[in-house]
Amino acid sequence: MSLRSPLAKARNHGSARDGVHHWWNQRLSAIVLIALTVWLVLAIEVAASGGFAASRAWLALPWNTVFAILFTLSAFYHGQLGLQVVIEDYIHTRWLEVTLQITVKLLALLLSVMGTLAILRIAFGVAPLAG
Amino acid sequence: MNQRPARPLSPHLQVYKPQITSVLSIVHRITGILLTLFAAGWVVWLICLNRGEHALQTFQDLLSSVPGMVVAMLATWALFYHLLNGIRHLIWDTGHWLELDTARRAGWAVLILSLVLAALAWRFWQ
Repeated sequence: MSLRSPLAKARNHGSARDGVHHWWNQRLSAIVLIALTVWLVLAIEVAASGGFAASRAWLALPWNTVFAILFTLSAFYHGQLGLQVVIEDYIHTRWLEVTLQITVKLLALLLSVMGTLAILRIAFGVAPLAG
Repeated sequence: MNQRPARPLSPHLQVYKPQITSVLSIVHRITGILLTLFAAGWVVWLICLNRGEHALQTFQDLLSSVPGMVVAMLATWALFYHLLNGIRHLIWDTGHWLELDTARRAGWAVLILSLVLAALAWRFWQ
């Protein structure tokens, strides 16, 4: 066991310079998501009730395309920031923690790209893959 | 000096009586975790819209089954709870509502309002 205090270990290694980065971005994405959630709650009725063609037509309207993409991106961004903290707080086995952190980040990225592409395909009128 | 007794670590959660503030705090985390899963559901819906009518029908059948309805109701409540409690957190960040009494009252308000809004949304969507 080392007698060096945590402070002594951290000294002279310089500051990480991103102390509030996570905190700030979590708040910023939260505020963006408040507005987008209100949009989604009010719009989902129109979006989902009219059947296949109506849903696609709804999503292809420019503002809906914009908001749907923004919602997808900010939801997964905010989500992975939150999950990061949950994993940091509760998972104390180092290899598992690191594996989970990387998995969460990559899955969030994957789902963001998949969601965005799905929205854009409909916005640009690409035909459905199967009849 | 070299020995490290296995002392219990703080914060000794098991000896505390659950309080409205602590319960709502952990519920905020749980609903947050759930909402990331539901966001994945949003992407599945978008993909179904790209695959075709059959895929979308399957998605909607799943959603209108009994387990699907339970999940959808839970998702609706989790969304409103995390939204409202998130606003409570943002207000705290400005330095307001931090007095114990106010924090408790706002907590109850969030809980009740989230249930009311979820019920209203559910009616509005039917």
